[in-house]
Amino acid sequence: MKVKFPDVLKNNMYAELAKRNLKRQSVRTILAAIGIIIGVIAISSMGILGNSLKLSITDSFADIGDKLVVSPAPGEDSITDKQIDQMQKIGKIESIIPVASSGELVEYRNGGNTVQSFVAVYNIKRDDLEKLVELEEGRYFKPGSTDCVVGSSVASNLELSPGQKIEIDDSKLRVVGILKERGFGFDINTDSGVFTSSEMYDKLYPDADEGYDQAIVIVKDIDEIDAVSDEIEERLNKKDEMVTVFATNLITESLDDVFRAISLFLMGIGSISLLVAAVSILNVMLMSTMERTKEIGIMKAVGASRKDILKIFMLEALFLGVIASTAGAILTIGGSYLVMLLLVRDSSYLFTFSSMFYIIEGFFFGIATSLVGGMYPAWKASRMKPLDALRYE
Amino acid sequence: MQHPIVQLQDVTRVYTLGKNKIYALNGVSLSIKKGDFVTIMGSSGSGKSTLLNMIGCLDLPTSGKVKVNNVDLSKLDDDGLTAIRRNNIGFIFQQFNLIPTLTALENVEIPMIFNGASTEKRRKKALEVLKKADLPLEFADHKPNEMSGGQQQRVAIARALANDPPILLADEPTGNLDTKTGHNIMELLKELNGAGTTVIVVTHDPKLEDYSHTTISLQDGEVLE
Repeated sequence: MKVKFPDVLKNNMYAELAKRNLKRQSVRTILAAIGIIIGVIAISSMGILGNSLKLSITDSFADIGDKLVVSPAPGEDSITDKQIDQMQKIGKIESIIPVASSGELVEYRNGGNTVQSFVAVYNIKRDDLEKLVELEEGRYFKPGSTDCVVGSSVASNLELSPGQKIEIDDSKLRVVGILKERGFGFDINTDSGVFTSSEMYDKLYPDADEGYDQAIVIVKDIDEIDAVSDEIEERLNKKDEMVTVFATNLITESLDDVFRAISLFLMGIGSISLLVAAVSILNVMLMSTMERTKEIGIMKAVGASRKDILKIFMLEALFLGVIASTAGAILTIGGSYLVMLLLVRDSSYLFTFSSMFYIIEGFFFGIATSLVGGMYPAWKASRMKPLDALRYE
Repeated sequence: MQHPIVQLQDVTRVYTLGKNKIYALNGVSLSIKKGDFVTIMGSSGSGKSTLLNMIGCLDLPTSGKVKVNNVDLSKLDDDGLTAIRRNNIGFIFQQFNLIPTLTALENVEIPMIFNGASTEKRRKKALEVLKKADLPLEFADHKPNEMSGGQQQRVAIARALANDPPILLADEPTGNLDTKTGHNIMELLKELNGAGTTVIVVTHDPKLEDYSHTTISLQDGEVLE
């Protein structure tokens, strides 16, 4: 069967017939529509739920995975300057940031109270720090000084502002800057870090090992990340396993997989309600064909072919599907907006392309459901023998 | 010589009711000339409606041959029969059988839609045949339940005329109408016959014989000579 759309539009009487038939049984039409509306809402809001969950979690990660983290292999103490030099020779690398760190309990005196917090103290070059994170306020530390900058959660936990002092192992460090929130990083956690000059770091930890705890490698092109990773392994782990290389994109990739599975699962639940809607449409349309048996007989008697009857009934299903799916899509947008505003106080995840995609998907699923539900009754109507149909009372 | 517009050769139609076979038509042969006005008379159960359904391509014979406009119906499938019906036959029913959701004008347009006519052409033709059927134009946008029986039958006649069929088939066209309205409807059919359309009326009412040229009487599925 071929339904040419321009043809249908030209002979808009088919559409008119379908419209009036839907109106004639308005209560039943509305009930059938509600089925689809619920289905569309279920399927698209489940999709959006999964998507927002994913977005909110991936947003809390600092990077999209354009970095490699090189750390000492088990049994090795540190990354040496020599190893850094070897890595430097590899092309395709934007920069290498060597980092040394120590865990520390810091104290801060606020009036009479002493506030304590566990932080990581980092030895990192000022320029390198700038590559990783921006300043919220103040300035970066000067080389050789007793200045330090602190991460955003350190600042908020200890209620710090530039100009105040913190105490580490009886040494006093002046806070000169506070970093912007960066989120959880797979390289270093700047939010809970204290950064100071290497002179100050050496003074704080005179017994620390030579070398670095890790090196962050930023690649020029994210597509080259695997090649660079292989080359580092090749150069540094020639004889023995000296370093381990970890690509941060591995994490985001597997997270993507997990959330895709969650979204699919949630939408699967949503689609059950569409299945129910399909059955209810099947029921409604079957009743309607039964009721209109005589009318179908008349139309056949005055020259309607099977195709014509099929067209009229399928158009009815199409209209029902389009109207109900549109209502469902609008309600989903409105409803999710309200829910997000009330619960998360942030609706920005709703208006992303990926969330909108789920609404469009729900919309088309709704129409498809309606068409599938209408198919059998339409087929049945088109097959009625005109004589039997005319006699039907 | 011109071939007859309707021709039946030894037509039998058998219905099976449980174990019993009922011969609705039993070896009926007849032919109807183009431009004739025929009344098929018979009491209830005589097979006259079955005969009408055969001519109207709504039913096929168990055996025998039916030819409409020289086309053998037995060789056609459902859509083929529909096409013959659409182009050759206008139906007029006892219960008018208008589509309740459509206005008078739209009801008349229906057969033309299935024939693929354009909107303007349809509208123009519908008004033309409504005028021919003597329906006052102010009723054109009325739904069937807003009209009297006589008016509804006029709409039905207009609908039957929409595709300019050579044959009009009327099944008890006056059965649901009072005597005066019935008379007017028959006069209208006579007028249409005068313009060249073959009219076949099925009835049990002997009064309708007066309007026609030829009468065929049926009894127990057989033609009475």
